[in-house]
Amino acid sequence: MTQRLELPKGGFNFENYQRNVALEQQGLKLPTPTKTGTTVVGIIFKDGVVLGADTRSTAGSIVQDKNCDKIRYMAPNVYCCGAGTAADTQFTNSLICSQLELHRLATGRETRVCTALTLVKQMLFKYQGHVSAALILGGYDVTGPRLLAVAPHGSTDKLPYLVMGSGSYAAIAILENRWKKDLERQEAIDLVQEAIEAGIFNDLGSGSDVNITIIEKGKVDNIKGYARPNRREPKCRSYKFARGSTATLNLSAVTVTEGDAMDTS
Amino acid sequence: MSFYPYTDNGGSALAIAGEDYCLLASDTRQSGEDYKIHAGYVPKAFKLTDSCVYAGVGFSADGVALVKRVRQSIEWYRHAHEKTMSTPALAQMIATVLYSKRFFPYYVGTILGGLDENGRGVVYSFDPVGSFEAELHKAVGSGAELIQPFLDNQVNLKFLPEVERTPLPLDVALQIAKDAFTSAAERDTKTGDYLEIFIIDREGVNVERFDLKRD
Repeated sequence: MTQRLELPKGGFNFENYQRNVALEQQGLKLPTPTKTGTTVVGIIFKDGVVLGADTRSTAGSIVQDKNCDKIRYMAPNVYCCGAGTAADTQFTNSLICSQLELHRLATGRETRVCTALTLVKQMLFKYQGHVSAALILGGYDVTGPRLLAVAPHGSTDKLPYLVMGSGSYAAIAILENRWKKDLERQEAIDLVQEAIEAGIFNDLGSGSDVNITIIEKGKVDNIKGYARPNRREPKCRSYKFARGSTATLNLSAVTVTEGDAMDTS
Repeated sequence: MSFYPYTDNGGSALAIAGEDYCLLASDTRQSGEDYKIHAGYVPKAFKLTDSCVYAGVGFSADGVALVKRVRQSIEWYRHAHEKTMSTPALAQMIATVLYSKRFFPYYVGTILGGLDENGRGVVYSFDPVGSFEAELHKAVGSGAELIQPFLDNQVNLKFLPEVERTPLPLDVALQIAKDAFTSAAERDTKTGDYLEIFIIDREGVNVERFDLKRD
């Protein structure tokens, strides 16, 4: 009998669910997905939206990535900051991103931020919170500057300033204190920087640099490392190892006269 | 939820024993569970005598309680014997104190750094219930997995071809300790804020403080 390997058609595969539940009951520890601590904020200013994020990714108390990107592209005029399970935020983002691209090609219109929001919240609600993505969506569309947030169960907020992630308490303290209507562009950037830095310094899950994205009418500015308040100071000593530091068990030499042609097929 | 009296406050400490000195370094960050920083300056290393320094890493409150008790015993010893307790005697005493709480332990990883009766550098490390060992270098705490192999390589010259060993000078040991901590602070979220280095030699105990990253 011949068997055909079928490609998955999309959606999640629950094949091993029952088996894993049984194994878990027998005491097997299943691997835990990377849940990254984060500080992400978004604010509305006079003529646009500023999104900000820290750049630390953690696995437990160990820093996994010192310079990761948490502000992602959704549409030419819409960007998205993610907090929660790293894989869930990334895949939710790219899935919705594709749907928006197709939607633009089908309608010939610029994406609205609320369209992105509806797609995300419908997906997250469908999965009843098991897809743990908390996103802030910011953009500039036909209705003007827009700032929206989705929580993992699918509930949404529309507010002039928003925070997400483990550093959200530190960041919201800054925003509640200083945000006001019709901020100038530079004032807004400074405020976002301060809010993210509050997260960086007061939350263990957040750290390293401040990334900022400014979205205005027909214009997007992506600034990686807008502030770098945590540069590593130079080491006291050099740790170059002397030649021969690695012990060798045996040595054999091969003489190559003319190297094999590289396989470029 | 039942009452659980312990928490892990994180942080790291290391000690290096030299020919005629000992060096004990620890960070001062105190963190709580789930991503909290309680405070940036809560020392976990304490001078016990003119030739011995203690560091307790893990559950901060127990670390402090243990020092309090040990200092009391040092005082009583002084009155009873009219001399300061030696570092090896202190190590044995701490082990006894830790084991006395075998079934409700002080939740701390302990290291002692100091000079022995002959003025040579010694390091003792303890587990929470009193198992202890004399060593030449040791790292404990949340960054121990990062620091220990670095010390094995740089202090004990592990994983390198056999060479003639020379005593580690104090200035080199200090640089190694500083680099160990700046590197641990890069990758361990619970190590940071400030670094305190105790240097114990024939003159007594001196403390130096340095900045670490605060993120």
